[in-house]
Amino acid sequence: MIGKHLLSMNQLTAHDITQILDTAESLRRVTDRPIKKLPTLRGRTVCNLFYEASTRTRISFELAAKRLSADVINFSADSRSSVAKGESFKDTAWTLEAMGVDAIIVRHGSSGAPHQLAQWVDAHVINAGDGAHEHPTQALLDLFSIRERFKEIEGLKVAIVGDIIHSRVARSNVKGLITMGAEVTLVGPATLIPREAASWGATITHQLDPLLEDLDVCYLLRVQKERQNEQLFPSLREYANLWGLDARRMSKMKADALVMHPGPMNRGVEIAAEVSESPRSIILDQVANGLAVRMSLLYLMLGSNEGIDA
Amino acid sequence: MSDVLITNGRVVDPATSLDEIADIHLTDGSIARIGTGLSVAGAEIVDVTGAVVAPGLVDMHTHLREPGREDEETIATASAAAAAGGYTAICAMPNTDPVQDSASVVDQVWASGREAGLVEVVVSGALSKGLKGERMADLGEMAGSAARVRLFTDDGHGVQDALFARRVMEYLVSVDGIYAEHCEVEALAAGGQMHEGETSHRLGLRGIPAEAEELMAARDIALAKMTGCRLHLLHVSTAGTVELVRRAKSDGLHVTCEATPHHFTLTDATLEGYDPMCKVNPPLRPARDRAAVIEGLKDGTIDAIATDHAPHAQQEKDQEFSYAPPGLVGLETALALTITELVDPGHLTLAVAVERLSTTPARILGLDGHGSLATGRPANLVVFDPAAEWMVDPMKLRSKSRNTPFAGRTLKGKVLHTFFNGKQTVTAGEVVRGALV
Ligand SMILES: [Zn+2]
Repeated sequence: MIGKHLLSMNQLTAHDITQILDTAESLRRVTDRPIKKLPTLRGRTVCNLFYEASTRTRISFELAAKRLSADVINFSADSRSSVAKGESFKDTAWTLEAMGVDAIIVRHGSSGAPHQLAQWVDAHVINAGDGAHEHPTQALLDLFSIRERFKEIEGLKVAIVGDIIHSRVARSNVKGLITMGAEVTLVGPATLIPREAASWGATITHQLDPLLEDLDVCYLLRVQKERQNEQLFPSLREYANLWGLDARRMSKMKADALVMHPGPMNRGVEIAAEVSESPRSIILDQVANGLAVRMSLLYLMLGSNEGIDA
Repeated sequence: MSDVLITNGRVVDPATSLDEIADIHLTDGSIARIGTGLSVAGAEIVDVTGAVVAPGLVDMHTHLREPGREDEETIATASAAAAAGGYTAICAMPNTDPVQDSASVVDQVWASGREAGLVEVVVSGALSKGLKGERMADLGEMAGSAARVRLFTDDGHGVQDALFARRVMEYLVSVDGIYAEHCEVEALAAGGQMHEGETSHRLGLRGIPAEAEELMAARDIALAKMTGCRLHLLHVSTAGTVELVRRAKSDGLHVTCEATPHHFTLTDATLEGYDPMCKVNPPLRPARDRAAVIEGLKDGTIDAIATDHAPHAQQEKDQEFSYAPPGLVGLETALALTITELVDPGHLTLAVAVERLSTTPARILGLDGHGSLATGRPANLVVFDPAAEWMVDPMKLRSKSRNTPFAGRTLKGKVLHTFFNGKQTVTAGEVVRGALV
C-alpha cells in the first residue's frame, strides 16, 4: 500500500504503481462523463503549498482535488520573505496544521522540503516537486502515458536525455521506470550527469545517436538557458547539435517509438519543433494524464473505501 | 585557599605518562602532589572511585557568538557548556560581529571570558580584516595584546587568494603566530549543501566535493614549507586531507590538524532525512572518510579533537535544508562521543583520547597551564565516569542553542567534576554558578 505521504518514487513498489495507474484509468472514465465529479473527498481540505510558481502542476492538482469534491486552498509562499518576517518553514507547517488541512501538496525549490514537512504535520504530504530531488507525480503520469501506448512497461528501452543532474523529473522517472522493469539509459554530457548515477540502476552514456534505433521511448529534459552560463556546455547550439532531438535523429527511431518531454519545452534546443509536433510525441497526452494520475493518488491516499463507480 | 584531595581516581596524564589509581592533592589552585594513600589535614575530600581524572579538556575550535549573536550563545553560556563538557580552556573563533580582527575586539572577548570565569577563553584572531581575505588583520597587535593571540584563522572561509595566504604566513612567522585554515576552495564548494557523492546526487542536494578541502590543504602545506610558518588545518574531514597531513608530517613540516566528533561519528548517510541538524561545514563525509579520520586520530596524524561548537537559533534550523545554516553544538557531547565512538570500540586507548582532547591541543595553543597534571601546574582537570551512560537531551544542554544531531542518543562517558585553576566549576555534573567571579 502507498504510505501516508508520497515523497519519493522510492516508496512505491511495482504493485503500488500498478494500483495507482489502474485507478487512474478508472477515474479517467469519470472525467469523460458530463458531470465530472465524484463525492469521494467531500468535506476534506487539500492545500496546494507552492513555493515555486508552477501554474500547470498547481492547476492539475487543484482540478484533481475538485473533481473528487475536496475543498482546495492555494497557498503561494516565498521562503525568503517569510523568513524576513520572522516566520520559518516550520511555522508555516504548523499554521496549516492548525487550519486542519487533510493533505498538503507541496512544491518547493529546496530539495527535501516535503520530507521536513511530513515530519511536522499530521496531514498527508504529496511532493509536487522539490528542488533537484524528485517529482513523483510527474513520473507516475509519464508511466501512465507509456503504459497506455505499450500496455507493458517491463523490458522497454528508455533514454532520458539532457540535464539529469539538476532534474527532479529524471530522478523520479529513473526510479519509477526501473521499478517497473524498464531499461533506462541516461544520455548527455558528463557535466549534466551525476558521476554516481550508475548506482541508480541506469546505464550512462554520452552519445545519443548509437542508441536511437533501439529505443522505445526518448525522454527529453528541459535544458535551461542559464546552464550555458555555468559552463556546463559551450553553447545551446552545440548542445542541440549533440543531444537535441531533431527530425533527422527521430527518423532513426523505431516506427512505434515515443518522444516525451515534461514541459515546458525549449524548442530548438533539446527538441526540434517538428519533433514536438510529430505523432510520436505524446507531450499533450502527458498533460491530460496528469489529472487522472493525481486524482488517483488523492483518491487512494485520502479517500474512504467508496467504489469508483459510485 | 583550601586544600582539596581527589581520591581513588584513575589518573590519566599522557604528558607525564601517568595511568594509575592515585590521589591528587590540590592546594592554592595548583597540583601539589599525586600519589597513593595521601592524607592532608583539613582537606576537602572528593572521592572519585571508579572515575578517571585527566587534565581539563582543551577545545581548539569554539564559536562563542559574542559579540554579535548573543541570542544564540554568550561567552558565559558557552563557558558553562564547556565546563559541563569537561573543558578548562576553549579557543574562541573570530567570526563574531564585530570580527575579532583587532586588539580591541580580542581583548574585549578575553576580558569577558575572564569575567565568566568558568574556563580559560583563549582568543583567536582573524587572518584578514572582516574575514574578507583581502587585507591583513592587525596580526601583530593582536599577538601583543592582553589576549596574546597565537592562533589566527578566517574560519568559516578559506583564504582563496594564494598570494595573500603566502604573505600572511610569512608575516605570522615574525609574530610567532599559527596560521589555521578552514580548507575550502569556494569556487568548488559554492552553493554546496552536503558532501558531493552518491547520497547528494540521489537527494538532489548540491554537493561540496572532497577536493574543495584537499586542494586548499595541499596548497597550504606547500606554502607552509615555503614560508616556514606553523600551519594548523581546522576540522579535517576527508581521507585525502588526512593523507596530505600524514605526508607533510613525515616530511618534517610543522603542520598540525584537528578533527571533530561529528566527523568521526556520523556519515553523509544521516542526511537521508534532510535534517538540518546534520548540516555542517565541512560536511559529513562517507564511511571511507570517517574511517580515515579515525585512523588519523589513532596514528597521531590528527593531533586534536576539536568541537567546532557552532550554536544556531532554533528558528534558523527550522528552515528548509538549503536555507538552514551549517553547524552544531558540541562542547557537551565531545568527551562522550570520543569514549563511545573511539575508546569503547578500541580505536583509541583512554590515554590517547586524553592526548587528543587535552594534551596536544594545549601544546599547540601554547597553554602551559593546561593539558598536564604535572606537579606545580595550575589545577585544571576533569573527573569523568567512562562507563556511565546518559541520553542527550537538547533541552538539558547548558549552551543557549540546542542544535545537536545527537538528540536521543545514548552515550557513554559522563563528566562528574571539572576543576579550573583549582576551583570546582562542575560538581556532580552540575555547573557551579559564579565559581570564580
Ligand atoms: Zn570552519
